[in-house]
Amino acid sequence: MENITKRFGNVVANDAVDFDASPGEIHCLLGENGAGKSTLMRILFGLCRADSGFIYVNGEPATISCPRDAIALGIGMVHQHFMLAERLTVAENIIAGSEPRRHGLLDYERARQKIAEVSQRYGLAVNPDAMVEEISVGQQQRVEILKALMRGARVLILDEPTAVLTPPEVDELFSVMRALRASGTTIIFITHKLKETMEISDRVTVLRDGRTVGVEKTSDATSDGLVEMMVGRSLPIHDDHRAPAQDIISLELKDVSVAGRKGSRARLSSVNLAVRRGEILGIAGVDGNGQLELEEVATGLRRPSQGKLIINGQDVTGFDTKRIRDKGVAYIPSDRLKRGMVSPFSLARNSVLGMQHSAHFSTRGVLQEDVVREHAESIVDLYDVRAESIDQPIGSLSGGNQQKLVVGRELTRPHSVVIAAQPTRGLDVGATHYIREQILASRNRGKAVLLISAELDEILELSDRIAVIYEGQIIDVRRAGQYTERELGLLMTGQRNGV
Amino acid sequence: MDLSGDRSSKLSKRSIEWLARPGFSRFMYSAVAVLLALLIGAILIGASGYSVKEAYYNLFMGAFGGVYSLATTVVMSTPLLFTGLAVAFAFQCGLFNVGAEGQLYVGALASAVVPLALGGLPPVLRVTMGLLAGAGAGAAFGFVPGYLKAKLGAHEVITTIMLNYVATFLTTFLVKTYFRDPGPVDQTVLLPLGSRLPELISGTRVSLGVIIGVLAVALLNQVIRRSVLGYEIQAVGKNPHAAEYGGVNVSARTIQAMMISGAVAGLAGSAEAMGTLYRFIPYFSPGYGFTGIAVAVIAGESLWAVIPAALLFGALQSGGQSMQLFAGIPMELMTMVQGLVILFVAAPALASMLIKRKSSSEEGGGRA
Repeated sequence: MENITKRFGNVVANDAVDFDASPGEIHCLLGENGAGKSTLMRILFGLCRADSGFIYVNGEPATISCPRDAIALGIGMVHQHFMLAERLTVAENIIAGSEPRRHGLLDYERARQKIAEVSQRYGLAVNPDAMVEEISVGQQQRVEILKALMRGARVLILDEPTAVLTPPEVDELFSVMRALRASGTTIIFITHKLKETMEISDRVTVLRDGRTVGVEKTSDATSDGLVEMMVGRSLPIHDDHRAPAQDIISLELKDVSVAGRKGSRARLSSVNLAVRRGEILGIAGVDGNGQLELEEVATGLRRPSQGKLIINGQDVTGFDTKRIRDKGVAYIPSDRLKRGMVSPFSLARNSVLGMQHSAHFSTRGVLQEDVVREHAESIVDLYDVRAESIDQPIGSLSGGNQQKLVVGRELTRPHSVVIAAQPTRGLDVGATHYIREQILASRNRGKAVLLISAELDEILELSDRIAVIYEGQIIDVRRAGQYTERELGLLMTGQRNGV
Repeated sequence: MDLSGDRSSKLSKRSIEWLARPGFSRFMYSAVAVLLALLIGAILIGASGYSVKEAYYNLFMGAFGGVYSLATTVVMSTPLLFTGLAVAFAFQCGLFNVGAEGQLYVGALASAVVPLALGGLPPVLRVTMGLLAGAGAGAAFGFVPGYLKAKLGAHEVITTIMLNYVATFLTTFLVKTYFRDPGPVDQTVLLPLGSRLPELISGTRVSLGVIIGVLAVALLNQVIRRSVLGYEIQAVGKNPHAAEYGGVNVSARTIQAMMISGAVAGLAGSAEAMGTLYRFIPYFSPGYGFTGIAVAVIAGESLWAVIPAALLFGALQSGGQSMQLFAGIPMELMTMVQGLVILFVAAPALASMLIKRKSSSEEGGGRA
């Protein structure tokens, strides 16, 4: 791809971008959210057209105006959001659009055989007769890859494929990618995760603000060098003026259980946790092992079926969210869009969510608009929220800026306990870095922080102590330095014996 | 993948978003929709063998031509002002109150009966008590679906529809059994002068009700925009999960929003009983509660817009009557034009509401 330029209104998504990938190469396309990675690949796959520039496939100039052209040229794309029909079987999904026929009828047997053949060749095990709605996300992704391969893809674009996968699934995906590379397939891997880039790719192209800022062989690149290229500056974590952890427990869960639906196992069983002033307790675990329940119990959104919740020495079990939060709980929820904000509300209105009834922001039931606006302005300034105005709906901001407002709102309210659940999920490197620094700063001011995260790096980087959650149980708690990464990985998947 | 389909749906989504933009363009769009409805109405009138010119001359004169016509338009608009506001307010909390019709009936009966029992009080108090009784009865009928929704998850559309039957039959039963005016007709006793809403223009039936309606719009607009209650009600309407996170008592706000909506619909009945009919007559409403839904949908997100929307429907009603009277054109043709207005204005608005909801849920799934 040469000199590709694409504008959306006044925004230049791609500004004279050059990009090339060779056969049998895993080429990583790295950049922050909004750097123009997806736009570039959408142009290659014919989902949108470049304003100017040229595309060559196997040395020949190519015109790609729709995905059908791209497929004909041997280009396949697996989107971040899968495009599968849930109520059809795996095989039916794979052949849809290119059904093998015999006497004008669908030749289902031949289709199954072909699928079995291709899936065996690359280690892409799937059951062709399973319904798509019944298989895991990782398997659905395989179906998408198979679909592209069955249509003769020699260039495979994977758009943030690891975002939806668990760590073991990521390993499996990587071995499939290696098998594909060995057979001469070109893989373009879109990501903003450095670790994965270093692990899997042969070459890496870094985009920033719609421009190519570097193309390097992965073996010549360093993580720090790539971060600098992505963000435009280096990002050392500042962690000064640390107050020592005190032996005062601010948040405690005693023997907390949450029953599952009838017949299924408990979501949480007999969880005991204590978070002290001035420390970060990290909860490590693969998503879906009770983290959501833990977060909701600790903030009163869900009542435990058994056990006690104690905040600053007071038993608050069964209190509603308002009363618990008024005890001094700042809460960064894992699902920002569902819980953390009201999308159509302005930044100003969102900046007081959870404090709308406090005496500071309302008198006799009337919101004090001046005070609210002043508060919003100060969060926007202090927490580096990039917005045109505090009157615009928060839903119109990027995910990183939305999250900065949520974090700012929570850390500026009076609190002694911070519950931070997946605080950097889906955010780019710059915003992630910023928010992690804020969480450390909060700890350093003597707050008790419960950090729930599925990102192992985040847990290791921030926590003073780490607890591992698996199938609703806390199976180990230690000081952060007392685990190796491997041990944690094994514990997270429930393997206690290997440790 | 079908790209062309994808593209066209994006295009139509954009055009719908344009239509759903607040403010002036929205107003312009409504105006265009009204003109379009009148245009198609003209074709229908012509095809039915009537003179279009005569029909629309009478329609216009009947709605706006002179004090009496304007007064009739205002009289016809008054109950719609309340019912439209009631439905629009419930929308703010994400609730679809289809029960304004029933709430109007119980409000009307309460307002037709309570002042009679307070004969000894000065008129101001009698009228005030009558209005409060109407609002209270409506609020009580709003409480039931609000409670059922908040505590049991029963959908308010179903419960309010069913309560409409309860309300119409209950009021009819009460009139026949307890409050019947001696005479040949099932109705309550005529309200004496001191128990009526005063006329604003003598000789017309324009009563204080219309002023109360406008004040109610202004008051609830302030509640929504400035108060903590309004903040919380809107938060529940736009994202109940986030409201819960923000310490909002979602059940309580749901019940309160439904009660306020019911109270306003009850006042529609009060304004009719105390300002126009001066008594309660079973089955008196030609569907004010349901037309209120159309008014609210046309008004959209803005409570202020309820006022012009109610006036539009009032004008079509009063103009339609004079069209029937002077040009001999059946009222049904005018009802058809009203239907077309609803179709052109409301259907895209409904569609855009659905699309917004869908795209926001997609976004939620994508970023989670």
